[in-house]
Amino acid sequence: MTGRALRRHITSRVMTVLVIALSFTAVLALVLILGNLVLKGASSIDWAFFTKSPVPAGQSGGGVANAIVGTGIIVGVAALIGVPLGVGAGIYLAEYGSGRLGFLVRFVADVLNGTPSIVIGIVGWTFIVKPSGHFSALAGSVALAILMIPMLARTTEEMVRLVPHSLREAALALGYPRWRTSLKIVARTALGGIVTGCLVGIARIAGETAPLLFTALGNLNFSVHVTQPMQALSLQIYVYATGPFEDWHRLAWASALVLMGLVLIISLLARWVTRQRYGSIR
Amino acid sequence: MVASANTRLQLETAHLTALFGQHRAVRDVSLLFPAHTVTAIIGPSGCGKSTLLRCLNRMHELTPGASVTGEVLLDDVNIYAGDVSPIELRRRVGMVFQRPTPFPTMSIYDNVAAGLRVNGRRPRAEMDDAVARALQQAALWDEVKDRLHASALDLSGGQQQRLCIARAVAPQPEILLLDEPTASLDPAGTQRIEELCHALKRLYTIVIVTHNMQQAARVSDYTAFMYLGSLIEVGRTDELFTKPKLEQTEAYITGRFG
Repeated sequence: MTGRALRRHITSRVMTVLVIALSFTAVLALVLILGNLVLKGASSIDWAFFTKSPVPAGQSGGGVANAIVGTGIIVGVAALIGVPLGVGAGIYLAEYGSGRLGFLVRFVADVLNGTPSIVIGIVGWTFIVKPSGHFSALAGSVALAILMIPMLARTTEEMVRLVPHSLREAALALGYPRWRTSLKIVARTALGGIVTGCLVGIARIAGETAPLLFTALGNLNFSVHVTQPMQALSLQIYVYATGPFEDWHRLAWASALVLMGLVLIISLLARWVTRQRYGSIR
Repeated sequence: MVASANTRLQLETAHLTALFGQHRAVRDVSLLFPAHTVTAIIGPSGCGKSTLLRCLNRMHELTPGASVTGEVLLDDVNIYAGDVSPIELRRRVGMVFQRPTPFPTMSIYDNVAAGLRVNGRRPRAEMDDAVARALQQAALWDEVKDRLHASALDLSGGQQQRLCIARAVAPQPEILLLDEPTASLDPAGTQRIEELCHALKRLYTIVIVTHNMQQAARVSDYTAFMYLGSLIEVGRTDELFTKPKLEQTEAYITGRFG
């Protein structure tokens, strides 16, 4: 009896230590990446980094203001396109998607979710860049939106499904039409989760590079015209990190740190919204 | 207290059968619910009493695979006729469920106003009056009048259930359906709901489904006993509980089965 108890005790201890060690290994990756970025990038971050555009190759100084603003615009427009479509599709799937069409939409969303992002970049190039004759930020936004829609559709669906069936019944019993029950009661109750899903989706696409290579292209100058090529932080990192100049490498590290920080802030925001979920979301 | 002989028959089922796929959950039930009375439906679990109730406001048909044959007459109009809108119907037939179902994103005020707003906008003052009236009818007004804009989730379980009653009566329905309204409440909460039944039957025709025979005896004027989907016996509550006509009814109310 005591032998068995001892063995169980030891097994329990060993497993606990193992699980803790594995968790640390998983977190270690993030710590190493962040640490490395701070180490190599933080020293290059100053006021000029955020306010100036790049200087001609070979010269030192300058900043990545164009890329920061570009990422903001491209991701913002992508969210404007992607959020209504993705959330709408998700509500449809959860509330009405039990039939054949729902199955089809769900299947397409899952396939699209697994599509490599560079393929989606090529789609943007084929359908927008090529017909219009030039690269544009808008094409980049559309590519990112396509990336975002299936992601949002599936997370929204999950969140809406979490709303208890009894709430739907209560609304219907009051004489609510079905669409109004879906929007005013069910979707509104799931709003915290939906917003979290949107923020996570935005954080995901903010760091995408491949879909932008064939669409937004990049731009060394400051530009806010969505019909023209535009720089983004991810593109900037790609170009600068693979370039030959020491100064470019420096800026690439700093840009990576800023991008990472941006994604981190959005993720933290998502966390915060989740915690407020069943609070007073109006 | 007890309805007189010439009471207008407001709600009535005629040969009503409710199905889930092939399964007949309610079998050929013909039952009158006299106006301004409380009718209790009793019977063991799974006897079809909740399903019968859900046929009265066409909630039954929302379950996939569910269907109905026979008629439910509200003021002599079959609510299952092709030109009757279930949405309009549900505004005339309010319902309260087993567990409180306040809308979690809405305040106390907005919960009560929800059924009114769905009928179209109305002036602020009129809305305030309607909300206050509904909360008074549900005996909740004194407890919440100073915090109408607090979250409905701040209320206790019993208060939430009375809030649901207020929400159901705010649009001034003709019929009020209560589906085991006290099943999740403590004795004090249960007592308050039972008192409400007495008060509210002046205004509404009430149908209450309950597990609890004492409750049926306390709150209702008429009691219907169901078993395996069929209506076994129906009569005035005092008579059904003291001199049941059928052996089966007597066996159930004396606790010998069910």
